Amino acid sequence: MTTEQVLVTAAGLAGAAFVAWFFWFKRSEGVMASTVSDGYQEQMILVKGGYTPDTIRVAAGRPVRLLFRREETAACSEQVVLADFGKSAPLPMGAVVPVEFMPGEPGEHEFTCQMGMLRGRIIVEAA
Amino acid sequence: MTSTARTAATEHTGHVAGVRRPQTATVQTSTTPAGDRQAEYRALMRKWWFGAAVGAPTMILSYPWLIPGLRDIFPRGSEQLWWLWVGMGVASLAVIAYSGNQFFTGAWEALRHRSANMHTLIAIGTGTAWVYSTVALLFPQLFPSDAMTDVYYDVTVVVTALVVLGMAMEVKARGRTSEAIEKLIGLQPKTARVVRDGTELEVPVDQVVVGDIVVVRPGSKVPVDGIVIEGASALDESMITGESMPVAKTQGDEVIGATMNTTGSLRFRATKVGADTALATIVRMVGDAQASKVPIQRIVDVVSSYFTPAVVIASILGFVIWFDFGPAPAFTYATIVAVTTLIIACPCALGMATPMSLTTGVGLGASHGILIRSGDALQAAKKIDTIVLDKTGTITIGKPAVTDIVSAEGFEVDAILSMAAAAERDSEHPLAAAIVGGAAERGLTALSATRFEAVPGHGIRAWLGASRVLVGKRAFLEMNGIDASALEASAIRLADEGKTPVFIALDDRAAGILAIADPVKPDSAAAIAALRRLGLQVVMITGDNRRTADAIARQVGVDRVLAEVLPQDKANEVRKLQLEGRKVAMVGDGINDAPALAQSDVGFAIGTGTDVAIEASDVTLISGSLRGVVSAIEISRATMRNVYQNLFGAFVYNGLGLPIALGVLYPFIGLLLSPILAALAMSFSSVTVISNANRLKRFRLQEVSA
Repeated sequence: MTTEQVLVTAAGLAGAAFVAWFFWFKRSEGVMASTVSDGYQEQMILVKGGYTPDTIRVAAGRPVRLLFRREETAACSEQVVLADFGKSAPLPMGAVVPVEFMPGEPGEHEFTCQMGMLRGRIIVEAA
Repeated sequence: MTSTARTAATEHTGHVAGVRRPQTATVQTSTTPAGDRQAEYRALMRKWWFGAAVGAPTMILSYPWLIPGLRDIFPRGSEQLWWLWVGMGVASLAVIAYSGNQFFTGAWEALRHRSANMHTLIAIGTGTAWVYSTVALLFPQLFPSDAMTDVYYDVTVVVTALVVLGMAMEVKARGRTSEAIEKLIGLQPKTARVVRDGTELEVPVDQVVVGDIVVVRPGSKVPVDGIVIEGASALDESMITGESMPVAKTQGDEVIGATMNTTGSLRFRATKVGADTALATIVRMVGDAQASKVPIQRIVDVVSSYFTPAVVIASILGFVIWFDFGPAPAFTYATIVAVTTLIIACPCALGMATPMSLTTGVGLGASHGILIRSGDALQAAKKIDTIVLDKTGTITIGKPAVTDIVSAEGFEVDAILSMAAAAERDSEHPLAAAIVGGAAERGLTALSATRFEAVPGHGIRAWLGASRVLVGKRAFLEMNGIDASALEASAIRLADEGKTPVFIALDDRAAGILAIADPVKPDSAAAIAALRRLGLQVVMITGDNRRTADAIARQVGVDRVLAEVLPQDKANEVRKLQLEGRKVAMVGDGINDAPALAQSDVGFAIGTGTDVAIEASDVTLISGSLRGVVSAIEISRATMRNVYQNLFGAFVYNGLGLPIALGVLYPFIGLLLSPILAALAMSFSSVTVISNANRLKRFRLQEVSA
């Protein structure tokens, strides 16, 4: 093996390992939804290439209102689905769309676009 | 979370945390999904045309030495060719910036979320081709051989153009899958004629309130749901219930908003308006169902969450292997293989496979008056092998009626019915209503009894002037010394048909028999035959005695009868069938049968009219016909078949495409894919998935004639 080949092989393996780590081993702390006057736990979520923030922490047993605001034209994100709560909503560009649900037991739930390409997490914590 | 952390989190989300009131916020909605899609489609098409315009000459000029004529003007290694390629480099950069910018911004946005998608793959692929070409052009001394300094601007431009075209076609096709719901929304009339302070005026439909008296003129639409208080007409309800025949409406009948009046005039009292109307609920349910997930999707989701990064890793490893073991120039081959791998992978086909079919299938159901609640219901409905039909209200109309009249010698059938009706007019007995209703239906003039006595458990004795009329069991006539033996044979025949014979006597002679039964709906037998053709075992469940139940079963042709089942035991009977290892669907009315519907694998609530959101049901059939059950099962099967086709296609495409792009066939048959072919295949694969889903819309349902 030439020096070049050794270097390329080493760099390639390192690159592959980095890709795996970067995409598969992410764990974000998440953002705690804030409680507003009507008793809802509310969080604004920006929809642009992904969900920002993509991890939302809420307390169990109190209603949650997620406000989605889509700021891109890509058709992929035009619908948000909270499969575990049986909720979904179309997201017209530029509009703020509320999605409300009641988190039950503590646990983790995903919210995604219809194709499952964009992903976010709702972490329900014991109140 | 501490309060400081919470503040930090709020700050982190920045400008988006400011909006508090969704009520005011939603008013900002100015665009519609359809409008968004149109704009998106036009933008993508402009990008495609620009990419194509640059792409065609770029493809030719990348290999001028292959083309006679050009070969002499731009010979290999000449200075003019170098300048030509510089020009192409600039032009392809323009294509990246204009036609392909969404790949780079999309990839960047995804990267910030530590996720990867189709944009990531295309951006790295086309970007790599451009950077490689530009380095080869500007710093050829970095490459050990001249053969490596060819440029690949055509890859950048053509791939960008083709993928953009694929996206445009995808946007267009996605629009078609959601046509059904847009059509439903479009059914909503804009205005209503209401009576306020004694005058009739036209108001916007959102100003109609519950209790308003609404006027429906001939040929106009019913604006909201209500109960008819005056007038008579027939309404075309096909857009909501899927029933093609107009339905007669008169005082006391329910009307559904968005249905079309034919020739009569009606006044009705509004009972449901705004978001509570059947139409609004249907739109909401269809939207929720279309966005729900088919259970199999959860497996696909897991695959697709690993898919894109896995492709990036495969592409890196492909590069390494080709660099280490591939033919010379190794670096060039390795780059092409890496780029092709990134481009051929199509996470979109995988991601869209199930949602597209689900959206189309649920929409197809809605256009036939069938509301499929979720993807789970769809997948479950495909698997059922046994269907339990509640008798009353499902197979039968659900209201007893006079079905036969047998007259003794010397009596007219109409006379018998009017006598019986006169006697029963004030009776509380459940069969009395059927007799009185039967007389009214035949337009018989009401006689009135001067005196009557009920003999509990036996019948009724009434006097019409001087004549005495007896209505009741045979034994009741005999108690009164009347011989009914001439009617005996008819009575037995009627009882065998599951009907209740009621004897009538005038003075001291037996006059005839009225047979009372809950009539079978006209199309039940045909629908049950169709269900059996679908390979289902059909079970009828009823509280009736065995003899009546068997009689109905014979008429409609079910496989199995569960008779004398108390209402509270229906759920238990369903459970017993499930314990036999069957997948059981239950069809019932949604109220009395709610526990059985909930117990079954798939619950069908039938004939719900405006009350479409039946909690216990997985599928709601707005019309009262059993044909809807047949259609619902056919649609579920067709949709699931479509889902499997799409998934199979997407997995096979990626499963074959990726290894070929990586060059596994090269050592054997010398086949290496060009990145441009990869782009064609990739665009084609996602369009194929959507087109296949759209094919569902043309699915032909079985003809079930009454």
